[in-house]
Amino acid sequence: MMETYLSPLWISLSTVFTATVITFFTGIAAARWMARYHGRMRDFIDGILILPLVLPPTVVGLGLLMLFGKHGAIGQMLLMFGATVVFSWPATVITATVVAFPLMYMNARGAFEQVDISMENAARTLGASEWRIFWSVTLPLAWPGVAAGAVLAFARALGEFGATLMLAGYIPGKTATIPVAIYFAVQDGDMNQALILVLIVLFIVFASLGALAYFKSKTYKVVTV
Amino acid sequence: MDSRYAVYVSISLLLIVYLCIGCSTQAATVNVSAGAGLTDAISEINVLYKQGRPDVSVIANFAAAGTLQQQIENGAPADVFISPSPKHMDMLQAKHLIIENTRRDLLRNKVVLIIPGDSTLRITGFKDLTGDMVKKVAIGDPESVPVGMYAQEIFIEYGIMDALKSRLVLAGTVRQVLQYVESSNVDAGVVFMTDAKTSTDVQIVANAPDDINNKVVYPVAVIDTGKDRAAAVDYEEFLLGSQAGSVFEKYGFSVIAH
Repeated sequence: MMETYLSPLWISLSTVFTATVITFFTGIAAARWMARYHGRMRDFIDGILILPLVLPPTVVGLGLLMLFGKHGAIGQMLLMFGATVVFSWPATVITATVVAFPLMYMNARGAFEQVDISMENAARTLGASEWRIFWSVTLPLAWPGVAAGAVLAFARALGEFGATLMLAGYIPGKTATIPVAIYFAVQDGDMNQALILVLIVLFIVFASLGALAYFKSKTYKVVTV
Repeated sequence: MDSRYAVYVSISLLLIVYLCIGCSTQAATVNVSAGAGLTDAISEINVLYKQGRPDVSVIANFAAAGTLQQQIENGAPADVFISPSPKHMDMLQAKHLIIENTRRDLLRNKVVLIIPGDSTLRITGFKDLTGDMVKKVAIGDPESVPVGMYAQEIFIEYGIMDALKSRLVLAGTVRQVLQYVESSNVDAGVVFMTDAKTSTDVQIVANAPDDINNKVVYPVAVIDTGKDRAAAVDYEEFLLGSQAGSVFEKYGFSVIAH
């Protein structure tokens, strides 16, 4: 009996963890680049990167299904290597990553744009490499926004339902994340299971909000030292 | 208090009042809850029904029978319920949510195994699903989708349930199973014969054993909590009549004579 509660929890945690790590680095990279890019395509690229946040999850799901499905562009490419994505665990990671990315990107970009450019220039006059400036000056100064983005991305990945159901389907023990498991528990009239899973979600969400508060307070200290 | 605040409150109250008026001032309305596989047949029958009764509006709600049963138990508007499985009707009957003497057996159907039209796998029977080349098999969620329940019974009868367990993708309705197979995203699926016939992109490769097919009966009944009972009974009679019967037969259902 425990297994029916633990397997969605385990699937959700491994999916969300993987997706958050991916969005953390890709989001920072995109944000850093966009914060300094002022070309003609700026608004267009910005819009594309934010799109998964604005679109209904079912639209994102359909888009991913058309891309990764057996007849889709990426799906057919993967098929040459004998791999299929639809209805598999990687599909839960792909959808969670795609929908969580804009939150990481937007928060990080906002934080990078707030960083006083004279600080970076000061480091430059001291001969620091761009790589070192980013890790020792820009990122620490922007950290509260970056951390907030990571927590929001985590929460969004945890809550992802519509696109996940479309791309990963409902395979108990394999792709049934907590939100998908709750949906089917309610469909099946199994309210107890649904409520226990809801309690698990609440616990995770409160824990991640606590983590957000902790990260923020901690980094302000680092910055002021 | 801010006067702007008062404006917001009164606007929202006004909207709520409008909503309430909107949902109570309907003439005769029949809310039909029917299994997802009945979508085409019932939609066509509703057009015929309205030709004779232009003042009656028929609202159809298509979903898995288990989902509909949950909705009815939780008070969703429903006057007539058609389920592809006696089980879900029995559960409503046990809770006294249907009018017992209106319950009739309406239709029969068959359960089939389908594969994508362009499939190169050699699947000619249910037992072939355990083969190494078969990666994913779609069935309805057995708890809420009747055809998924029948699929599970077939797998148990053939003794292949345990071998298939990790390959099963559970769908929310029979039409979703069909779509999974049509798009080739699964290797095979279990649907009703009538659903398989609506698609040109799938091939039927096996029939369920007779003892399963004999169980596939679609009961219909009037819901006890419905608003307009006379209209609901009239609609049910229409479903049992010859005009509706020929539509059902056109879509491949067998009509049970009364």
